[in-house]
Formats: sequence, structure tokens, C-alpha cells
Amino acid sequence: MTAKEKETRKSKQQDVEITGSEAVIRSLIEEGTEIIFGYPGGAIMPVYDALYDYRNVLRHILTRHEQGAVHAAQGYARATGKTGVCLVTSGPGATNLITGIADAMIDSTPLVCITGQVASHLLGSDAFQESDVIGISMPVTKWNFQITSAEEIPSTIAKAFYIAASGRPGPVLIDITKDAQFGRLKYKYAKCHKIRSYIPEFPVNKEKLSQAAELINNAKKPFLIFGQGVILSGAEMELQHFIEKTGIPAAWTLLGLSGLITDHPLNVGMLGMHGNYGPNIKTNECDLLIAVGMRFDDRVTGNLNTYAKQAKIIHIEIDPAEINKIIKADVALLGDAKRILRLLRLLVGKKKHTAWLKEFKQAHEVEMKKVIKSDLNPANPGLSMAEIVNKVADLTHNTAVVVSDVGQNQMAAARYSKFTSSRSHITSGGLGTMGFGLPAAMGAKFGNKDREVVLFVGDGGMQMTIQELGTIAQENLPVKIVIMNNRFLGMVRQWQELFFEKRYSFTEIFSPDFVKVADAYGIPGQLVKEREKLEEALQTMLDAKGPYLLEIMVEKEDNIFPMVPSGASVSDILLCADDVK
Amino acid sequence: MKQEYIISAYSENHIGLLNRITIIFTRRKVNIESITASVSAIEGISKLTIVVNDEKEKVVNITKQIEKQVEVLKAFYHTNDEMIFQEIALYKVPTQALMETNQLEKLIRQHNARILEITPEYTVIEKTGHKEETQELFNGLVEYGVLQFIRSGRVAITRSPIEKLSEFLKERDALLEKIESRGKLRSARK
Ligand SMILES: Cc1ncc(C[n+]2csc(CCOP(=O)(O)OP(=O)(O)O)c2C)c(N)n1
Repeated sequence: MTAKEKETRKSKQQDVEITGSEAVIRSLIEEGTEIIFGYPGGAIMPVYDALYDYRNVLRHILTRHEQGAVHAAQGYARATGKTGVCLVTSGPGATNLITGIADAMIDSTPLVCITGQVASHLLGSDAFQESDVIGISMPVTKWNFQITSAEEIPSTIAKAFYIAASGRPGPVLIDITKDAQFGRLKYKYAKCHKIRSYIPEFPVNKEKLSQAAELINNAKKPFLIFGQGVILSGAEMELQHFIEKTGIPAAWTLLGLSGLITDHPLNVGMLGMHGNYGPNIKTNECDLLIAVGMRFDDRVTGNLNTYAKQAKIIHIEIDPAEINKIIKADVALLGDAKRILRLLRLLVGKKKHTAWLKEFKQAHEVEMKKVIKSDLNPANPGLSMAEIVNKVADLTHNTAVVVSDVGQNQMAAARYSKFTSSRSHITSGGLGTMGFGLPAAMGAKFGNKDREVVLFVGDGGMQMTIQELGTIAQENLPVKIVIMNNRFLGMVRQWQELFFEKRYSFTEIFSPDFVKVADAYGIPGQLVKEREKLEEALQTMLDAKGPYLLEIMVEKEDNIFPMVPSGASVSDILLCADDVK
Repeated sequence: MKQEYIISAYSENHIGLLNRITIIFTRRKVNIESITASVSAIEGISKLTIVVNDEKEKVVNITKQIEKQVEVLKAFYHTNDEMIFQEIALYKVPTQALMETNQLEKLIRQHNARILEITPEYTVIEKTGHKEETQELFNGLVEYGVLQFIRSGRVAITRSPIEKLSEFLKERDALLEKIESRGKLRSARK
């Protein structure tokens, strides 16, 4: 046993003086952290040194870029429901996190990001690798705090975990100066369960609950739309029971995907710009819209002046700032979706809305005929993204965790994947961060040893964080990567085709031979161009024990439909390019 | 319709919180007319008073975003007529002007202002009131030559008898206790 190890062992008893750095690690362990994603550097070296003694207890994944670390932490958090943790150095290490933190903020993902900082006496002196991370991250964090003395470490970390995961979750950042890491403290850990100035969740208002029930009981054409709030509050069963009792058709937002099983008879599909036909047009025909754990993003609502004007609106939401922010609610139910749905179910009558549900079925038939059929059985020899996603769903029996990047690949993945359990769809929604996919898939896989994790990514997005192939190779992490290569920044090209007279301004993109790149990392893969080879190649990929990269050449200029053009009404959803005036 | 609103936020006295709050305005391109940070009647709780001129919808949204900050206990917005408020202004004029005519002295009396300090070179005048009132005195002083002028941010209290927050805090304590015990239970189960 080295002197250092002896000291570590001794310090494992409570009340013994330990370093701030060790306190960081022990606090993380106290919070149940099993894995951290990070990248070392000068200002965080003491913590890395302390981590070395705990490397068998607390797993650390060295990514190839701090953006990779934060997206991996997001993927892990989204897949598991636990708080994602990343650890990076000051200055550039910290600023490299910002995109991911902003992404986690807008998509309500619980993260604790720990950044090193220069010694406290150097703060504000433009010291080497000093940047004002607290200032920079303020608008994109739920909370942040700078620690300048070792004693603050355990209580601040406890607070950070509490804030990140409670109420509407979000990212928090802790900046720790180097002297605080080196400093010593009498270590004692107490979890945080309360902050005087912070009410994460308000109690349910009984009066409003009965008002909501009355609206529901009297509605002829009620329609429930839900977002990630259902998943975040673990309300999947409550949602299912609620719609089953009331017979209300339900649609999900992009982030609500997998919150209900796809094949549930009351699941009518996806809302939004590239959502399904039925949910979009029926939004403007229902007489009651029940929004659960969603925030009326403009990609969901289209033109607000024509959005659900005919309907009464019930908004079930945990964040008071979301109430009446975009859409005025007739009844706003503040609180946790799980609790509210459970209580509401007791107050509503048993019903079937057969005729109303049939209207959704008819809309689906229209979409089937005009969009889905040709998506899945294209006339072109070139492969479609839809048929690839559909085939993966078949081959995995709808049990994979589906991760997507941003663009056409994301919409194809969302439209054609099928889900049989929650937390099975991970994508960057609010921020639409290209490059999110590959590292997020890594994080999802670290959190899901026993499930297949399949990434769908475009040739553009793949090249934004392609370096994470190195992490995947080093960890021999069985992530299955499907690059759908259209040799374009597809989604932007689609807009150029439809709205900018086909002026393809800088959207044609050169890519390396992705299979060779994978090979350079020691990751097996293959290139597929023909339909006949698709199934076999996908099966080979799924059978692989380790990581696998499949590059699939798809039709160059395919479009994603249906589409609600930016700023148009949801009822003016387009089914094909000919519909574009 | 744009009009003046007074936003009051009760918060912990933490470094950086003011920054967090002003960012909320900046992001929405809303100009802060004045801002005052002070202690409140409740121990350990600070109070920010922020004056803006904007549409109600925006002010409501901003108030909610302020309250959403972890270290803010509560935020309110009020129209001017719902609050009693004051600003303080200081004016520096050449003492010579005071000596040459009695008009200046009259002006100070009329405006209920007072003199804080007189030196051979300059005289400092103080006036408390609404912005229009302190502005009016300024306009009157201009012809004598105003060497320096400054107006404070607004301080304001509601017309209701006690600090709105104290009622709210009582309910809140019970709520916090519930949240705490639920949290403890949850982590014990894990
Ligand atoms: C970081 C970032 N930069 C730019 C964009 C804008 N953008 C949205 S989709 C898209 C094209 C994506 O192309 P590709 O990755 O090839 O996927 P495809 O749409 O072809 O499936 C772009 C550039 C973005 N979402 N994120």
C-alpha cells in the first residue's frame, strides 16, 4: 500500500480532514454517481488526482472533446433518469461545455457540471486559462456557483444535485478554484432536501383539478398532447391509465416520444413541424386540448394566431413560468404530472370517443397514402431514411434505445421508430444541436448495458463530433451507428428546395470514407448502397458484440413530409412538395 | 400598451444573483429604467426594486422568470398607483447664483427641497419625490447652471399593511417542510 493509498483509506472514515478534491469525489459517490464524463487539465488536476484513488468505485470516461463529455452526460441522464455528471478544466475546457449545457437547459436535462478554476487570488487577473465561467454559463444553467474554499464543497455539491434533479430538471455548474481543491476540510456529507428560496413543485390546486375534470367530462372532442414532462415525472403509467379511462386520443411531442407505447390504440402520433397529419390538423378541430408536461414550442404550435383557437385549454405543467407563456390556459394545473394525472383520473368519467378517434384514423390513412407508403417503398432506386429506420425497428423488435442527431435523420427516426418502453428516444429538441447524436448515444449505452442503442445520424452531424469514435473504441462500447449519407446538409437543403428556389447555398458537403475512418479507430463497419443489402447489413451491425458503424447511402434529395412550414398554421400542414405554393 | 411597472423581487443575498436577474431583461431587450437593491423587513432577505416601461404581458413573463431563479423567494409586479414610491435627487449649483438672487432660494422652498451643504464654490440641494418632481426642479435650476445632477433608483412599498412576502412565507414554510420530508423519504427508499 502506498502512502497515498493509506491516507485515502484513513480518510474514508468520517470527520477526518481530507482535501477538497477528495471531498468532490466522495460527494459525487454519496449522490449515487456511478459514471462521470470528463477531460483533465491544469485547473482540475487535483480532482483528477483524487479520482485516481477511487477509479474502481467511480467510473470516469475520457471523451475526445468536452462537448462530447457533456452530450454523453445528457444521453446518460435522458436514458436513465439519473443526473449526468461531467468534469472538466477551466477556460477552454469549461467553454467547450456551453453548447451542451444550453441544450440541457432547454431540454430540462439534469446535469451537474464541475469545472476547475484558477486559484482564488488570481480571479479577475486574466490568469492562464481563466475565463468567467460563472458569467458565461449563467443564462444557460438552472443554477451555478463558484467554490473558493474547501469547506464549501460537500454542501454545494449536495445542493447542486438537489437543484438539478428536482422540479423542472436542468443543468447546474460548479466552478471550483484550485486552492479550494487543494484545501483541507473536515468532511461530512448531508444530502440536500430543501432550499428556502426554492419550491421545486407546487401542491395541486383541488379547485382547479375539479374545473379541469369538468371540462374533460363535458368535452366532445378532447385531445391530449404530451411532452417530456411525462417522462421526467415518471408519469407514463398514469398517462396511459388516464387516457384509457377517458378514451382521449393522445399525441406526443418530439421529446415526449416513448412516453407511451407506440402501438397503443389511443396513441395518434407526433405533433409538430414534421409530425403526423392527424395530430396537427385535429389540434385545430378539438374542443378541449389537454397539454401535459409540454411548453408549446413554436415547432409544435406553428402560427399562434391560428393555434387551437376553438378549444378550451388545460395545461398541466410543473414550471410556473411556462403557464400562459405561449398559450393562455383556461385551466392551468401547476404541479407534478404524475400526481396530477393520478388525481384527475379519479374525477373523470369513463368514456369512449369512438367517432372522434376514427377521425384520427382517417387522417392517418391520408398520411399513409400520401406520405408513409412512398417513404417506406420508394419509387427511387435510392434508399430512403424512412425504410432504414423502419427496418431497424423491425429487426430490434422495437426495443432499442433510439438516438438521433439533428436534421432529416432526426425526423425520420422520430417518425418511423416504434417504442415499447419509456426513455427510449434521445434527441436534441429545443436547441437542435448537430453533433449531439454520437456522444449522446455513448452516454445512453453506458446507462443501458443490456439494451441495444442505435444512433441515426446525418453525414453533416456525424462530422461535428466524429472524434468520439475514439472514446467508443477505447471503451469498446457497443454503440450501433447508422450514418444516413445524402451528401447534403439535408434538412437545410430541403428548405432551400422548398422556400429558396433550390438555391443550394453551401449545403453540399464532402465526407470522408466513414467506414475507413471507423476502421482507423478499429471499429468495424460497412457501406451499403443497395436496398437488397440493407437488411443483412443491419443484422450484421446488430449482431456485432462491440461498436459498429454502418454508412448507408440514401437518396440525395429526399424530403421529409408532412411539413408545417415555419410560421404556418398547423392546419396548413403540407403532405408533399406539390402542396408548396 | 406600454406603461411603467415596478417589479419587486425578494431574494437571498448571493453573489451573482443580480447578474442572473438583469440577464432576464437583456435577453428580452427590455430596458431597466432604474434598479435598487436593499434589505427588506425580513431578516436576511434582500429586495430588488426594478422599474421598467413595457407591456404587461412582457412584465408578467419577466416576473415569472425572475421568480424561477433558485435564489429568488418571490417576485411581484405592480403598476405605479399600486405602490408608494420615491426617488431621491441631488443637484450641485454654483453658490454665487444663490447669492446673486433670491429666486433660487424661492425655487428650493417651492419644491420642498433642502440644502445639504454650502461651500464658497458650490451648493448641494436634495429633493425626494417622483421622477417628474425631481425633474421639474432640475428644469428650474438649469438657468443657474447645474454643475452635477443625480437621481437614485426607485424605492417602493405596497399599500397593503405588511410586506406581502411575510404572508407568503408562512404558507411556504409548511410547503417546504412537506417537500423536505418527501425528499428524505425518497432518498431513504433508494
Ligand atoms: C450546430 C448546428 N449547426 C447548424 C444547424 C442547422 N442545421 C439544422 S439541420 C442541418 C443539416 C443537417 O445535415 P446532416 O447532418 O447531413 O443531416 P440530414 O438533415 O441530411 O439528415 C443544419 C445545418 C444545427 N441544427 N446545429
